[in-house]
Amino acid sequence: MKYLDEFSDPDLARRLVDQIHEVTTQPWAMMEVCGGQTHSIIRHGIDQLLPDGVEMIHGPGCPVCVTPLETIDKALAIAQQPGVIFCSFGDMLRVPGSSKDLFSIKSAGGDVRVVYSPLDALKLAKDNPDRQVVFFGIGFETTAPANAMTVYQAKQQGIANFSLLVSHVLVPPAIAAIMESPRCRVQAFLAAGHVCSVMGTAEYPALAEKYGVPIVVTGFEPLDILEGIRRTVIQLESGRHELENAYPRAVTAEGNLPAMEMLRDVFEVTDRTWRGIGMIPGSGWTLSERYADFDAERRFSVTDIHTEESKLCRSGEVLQGLIKPHECAAFGKECTPRNPLGATMVSSEGACAAYFTYRRLDLVSTS
Amino acid sequence: MSNDLDFEGWTCPLPLRETPTIVMGHGGGGAMSGELIESLFLPAFGGAARAELGDSAVLTVPAGRLAFSTDSFVVKPMFFPGGSIGDLAVNGTVNDLAMSGATPLYLSTAFILAEGTPMSDIGRVAMAVGKAAEVAGVQLVTGDTKVVDSGSGDGVYLNTAGIGVIADGVEIGPDRARVGDAVLVSGDIGVHGIAVMSCREGLEFGTTIESDSAPLHGLVAEMLATGIDVRVLRDPTRGGVSATLNEIAKASGVGIELVERDLPIPPEVRDACGLLGLDPLQVANEGKLLAIVPPDRADEMLETMRQHPYGAGAQRIGVCVETHPRMVVARTGLGGTRVIDLPIGEQLPRIC
Repeated sequence: MKYLDEFSDPDLARRLVDQIHEVTTQPWAMMEVCGGQTHSIIRHGIDQLLPDGVEMIHGPGCPVCVTPLETIDKALAIAQQPGVIFCSFGDMLRVPGSSKDLFSIKSAGGDVRVVYSPLDALKLAKDNPDRQVVFFGIGFETTAPANAMTVYQAKQQGIANFSLLVSHVLVPPAIAAIMESPRCRVQAFLAAGHVCSVMGTAEYPALAEKYGVPIVVTGFEPLDILEGIRRTVIQLESGRHELENAYPRAVTAEGNLPAMEMLRDVFEVTDRTWRGIGMIPGSGWTLSERYADFDAERRFSVTDIHTEESKLCRSGEVLQGLIKPHECAAFGKECTPRNPLGATMVSSEGACAAYFTYRRLDLVSTS
Repeated sequence: MSNDLDFEGWTCPLPLRETPTIVMGHGGGGAMSGELIESLFLPAFGGAARAELGDSAVLTVPAGRLAFSTDSFVVKPMFFPGGSIGDLAVNGTVNDLAMSGATPLYLSTAFILAEGTPMSDIGRVAMAVGKAAEVAGVQLVTGDTKVVDSGSGDGVYLNTAGIGVIADGVEIGPDRARVGDAVLVSGDIGVHGIAVMSCREGLEFGTTIESDSAPLHGLVAEMLATGIDVRVLRDPTRGGVSATLNEIAKASGVGIELVERDLPIPPEVRDACGLLGLDPLQVANEGKLLAIVPPDRADEMLETMRQHPYGAGAQRIGVCVETHPRMVVARTGLGGTRVIDLPIGEQLPRIC
């Protein structure tokens, strides 16, 4: 696979950077929606190469970051029940709930396992019929099809000891919520390429039109991101606000039709609370009534757990692009990747963690 | 290496054949313990074992300074592409000794076995220990075996401790890096960690990568023979190159600047890391060393390292700098910079 190298080619990158400099005549603030893009921007130092005034605002597209504290607490409550095998993607293990994280449940004897696919969790359920196997199904439209497929297969195969703790979130309602915020500074979006590879681009022209913002579907490698930025700046400079697809090798307008069909069958739209942001109407998926038997919240009776977020943590403002991570008073002091107050400091894709990990040097030398 | 060993082809006296798996009695200090040592460990260790079976080994050491190191091995799975917990445990301690410039001489082995572990697995591990010790030229002089109940352990845990001697005039220490010094690595990084991960339960992915587990004291001896002032030597095991360089930067009070495009990362490691969301700089190595040497002798040192089979892929990857003391920073391929931090704990695979 040469993909990674080819899409990080320094000479091509330099050419794109030069073009961005050539077309930029004034300051612009654009938001990359996805945490994977944030990680890539900071890891490769892409924002350091942009013209002064072209600002990247880091969006809410890190699934780990926006999963509400309440859902984490529900996960912890389920994971510590005897007889449960609790399966999760790796980076959810260190996300703090109100008092502990999944790591501490594991060290106290809970059976918490990292899996790379929800189908691995289903296999565990098949292999351990006397145990309850729960998969922590979080994420955006990107991770949802695999979770939907898993629940679908569990039902087809009658694997009754499997269930899903669902906290799926959706990008388009979040873009609308950001634009409706009275303090919004965002003038354009780099849309999340992999979300669009599943869902297509049909939802975005209306958003671009309604809010007067260019939306450019963008990939994740350095050249993808620079190309997304270049196209966005060209639209901004020419006063256009359209949907553009700068990631055609992965994204088609119609999306992944079989995946979307599976999603419509297994999930239904629900209101969802985003960590640090609050409730956004119609911004999530939950299991549809047809699959309600596989809902871990109901199976383990944790629907009554309600949790408040930390007062000190300003991750909500970070996720909305209102402040940069280091502008939070707790950044690097009370809040570090080792002792995170908010989820943006936990996940490697969280804006706070990316700043802490890769940018401490600049922050130290400018302070 | 140990994957080639055929434990089945090795004839084992009757008492062990009657118990195909480890039972608690094998750690009880009685007849069964004795049989395990006599019939399994000593034959499997082969020529590397010095079987006096007293309460302690009595060793003759040359005059000079001794290096002493210990390490415990709990790797899961215990057999992986290119090696096993057995050769890892020998090479790990041999390398820890070598990194202080010592010639390793003697090793102890302490096995903690889980009840129910197949005798053939123990045999394969023990043979790998014996073979690795023989290759490294160290003697296995004392040992211990304990058995824990099946819920308390996991197959084989193995501790090794080792003693080596340091020649006069060799002064290597983590605090000796100076501004301007060159940072060298002996070859491809991230190989061992990815090999182990590729066969971990629930994470199996196809790769041709094999662990780089190897004893490095021969390479170190060649490096010291140049007479070049080797300031720091470290093997970047757990936490990878990132953790090791951070420790050196802190101990020496210098900054370290890496050039990302000079890092020897094999495509397979780069791809696996890209897929799993890991940083190759934080992935473990078991047959590589990092050396910090004066800049004017760095090329000469690289030439020497490349003559040795375990240093054939040696590269200069960075420099010690005055700015940002105690921090490691990389220049990215695109010309930006990023801080290379210590990994916090276990590397956590990313969600998407």
